[in-house]
Amino acid sequence: MNAHPLDKYLVTKRLPHIWCPGCGIGVALAAILRAIDRRIHEGALKPENLVMVTGIGCTARAAIYVSFDSAHTIHGRAIPFASGAKLANPKLEVIVLGGDGDIAGIGGNHLLHAARRNMDLTVFMITNMVYAMTGGQVAPTTPTGMYTTTTPKGNPETPVNVIKLVAYQGANYVARASTTHPALIERYTYRALGMEGFRFIEIISPCPEIFGRHIGFRDPVELYEEIKKKSKYKPKPSLEESDLDWERGWVLGEFIERNEPGYLKRIGRV
Amino acid sequence: MGRCEYIPANIAIAEGAMAAGLNFFAGYPITPASDLFEYLAEKLPGRGGVVVQFEDEIGSINAVVGAAWAGAKAMTATSGPGFSLMVEGLGLAIMTETPLVLVDVMRAGPSTGVPTKTTQSDVYQVRFAAHGEYSIPVLVPWSAQEAFDLAVKAFNIAEALRTPVILLTDAALAHTWERVEIKDHGEINIVERRPPCNPPEKFKLYEPCENLVPRMAYFGEGYGILVESLAHDEEGYYSPNTEAYERLVRRLVAKIERNSHLIVDNEEYLTRGAEYVIYAYGSTARSAYAVVKELRREGLRVGLFRPKALWPFDAKSLKKATESARKVFVVENNLGKMVREVERVLKNKEVIPVNVIDLEVPPPDKISEEIRRWL
Repeated sequence: MNAHPLDKYLVTKRLPHIWCPGCGIGVALAAILRAIDRRIHEGALKPENLVMVTGIGCTARAAIYVSFDSAHTIHGRAIPFASGAKLANPKLEVIVLGGDGDIAGIGGNHLLHAARRNMDLTVFMITNMVYAMTGGQVAPTTPTGMYTTTTPKGNPETPVNVIKLVAYQGANYVARASTTHPALIERYTYRALGMEGFRFIEIISPCPEIFGRHIGFRDPVELYEEIKKKSKYKPKPSLEESDLDWERGWVLGEFIERNEPGYLKRIGRV
Repeated sequence: MGRCEYIPANIAIAEGAMAAGLNFFAGYPITPASDLFEYLAEKLPGRGGVVVQFEDEIGSINAVVGAAWAGAKAMTATSGPGFSLMVEGLGLAIMTETPLVLVDVMRAGPSTGVPTKTTQSDVYQVRFAAHGEYSIPVLVPWSAQEAFDLAVKAFNIAEALRTPVILLTDAALAHTWERVEIKDHGEINIVERRPPCNPPEKFKLYEPCENLVPRMAYFGEGYGILVESLAHDEEGYYSPNTEAYERLVRRLVAKIERNSHLIVDNEEYLTRGAEYVIYAYGSTARSAYAVVKELRREGLRVGLFRPKALWPFDAKSLKKATESARKVFVVENNLGKMVREVERVLKNKEVIPVNVIDLEVPPPDKISEEIRRWL
């Protein structure tokens, strides 16, 4: 029984998924799958060539639910694993999904070097500003001053601006979306899948259970509304507008769009 | 046609790997393994392969695992400190049953230690450093020629048993130049991973065949595989229950131990009827061999047992080779590692550790001086 048009991309017998009610990851995955579906329908992408690589964390569990080839690897290492797969078989369309801790924390070094190489991958980073699976510890994206279980007096650190980090390394495509604006996720994914080189899409996503509840949001809808209010779409924003600021909000949009040769082209593998 | 060349063991390994079908290498520079990497960077792309320097050893090993799942015969090479960083990725390869070859060229540790010199102090690191239950083949050549031959064998074991394989050498052997017969791809026996025999809807990525090894599909073949680092059942589903976990880890160990005939090999020299047997491996075995010849000239019945694989531990062959021995000497360039395995297996024999630390290679006279005290 195909209850939903995207069911063909999911192993439905593995459902229900582990994500909490109100979590944005499922919204993000659905939007990504819709973009993949469009590319497949156009004939631009063969489903058997699609590979999803993830590390560890709530987001990383997505690899378990998709019906195409996937790998649920180890914390922080999805990008090098994905790079190896793409280099070994350039025909593959390799996408990486990860949380902010997975991609920008423990995997931060791999992220910046993959961006610098313009490695032919699309990387999605779900930013929920907290280590959720492990119970609410501080993340590299946690706003300054915010309570987490490992910063009980407030986070003393400055959150990383991953948009700038990746853009300055020379990635071909850098965009930010939010699960409060799923149409943007779909649009950016669709565009990214038609490009070469390193493509990076940050997706702001509410974590009502572990992030929202800890900072006083009693209700998932409240947190959702707050994130929606803070997310402002802007056509062609500049990198100077890319800061992730809990007080002033953040800009959604396509920050970088280049057409530089990807890594495979640079080493003559295409 | 093959050819003969005068090359060091590091280069012999690179040649052996290419003869076995290597087409992906990812690495990070480290003494004394870098020249193996550099040689492949020169040679492999011309043969259609990929060589990439990653940002660290963590990236390198994970790229190798990813490449193997895209169908490549993949390898990396490192030394103690780099191996430490690779341990996490090695565990991933063990859990996901990924065929790959990890070359470890031992130097002197702990920590940065002596990068340019040799010891045999990392034989436990390569076998036991990853967490959890597993067994892993560790091959240990003693010459440049054997480095070539065991590089080929390492790939064959990796493919046959869907497992990472350690090829363990050391700084001295790595740069020991010798005449090596380099055989061509067509001249050697090559083993390939077994492809699925079921259509995708029936195929299970972790369902073992009769030899306990599952068949392997890889990315891009339409099987919709899930490479899973969590403990999983035969389909790859996370299974946090005792029954599935125990079934998995017992098989991960048993598939290596029960197929040990594909891995273990030993060279025995004058062990028949020997009163004393020396157990030695790798570069140290070269000196031990000289000691055996020296003591034989003096009329002492001494023999040499030299394993070409440290693990799985070939207890049966060792017991047989030491049947007549009164004393067994375990000569190592460390403070005593394999001696514990030998003691465990030869419970009723006198097993004597001969621990000669030497940053070059333990010279024969240092070894014989130690042994003579017990004769």
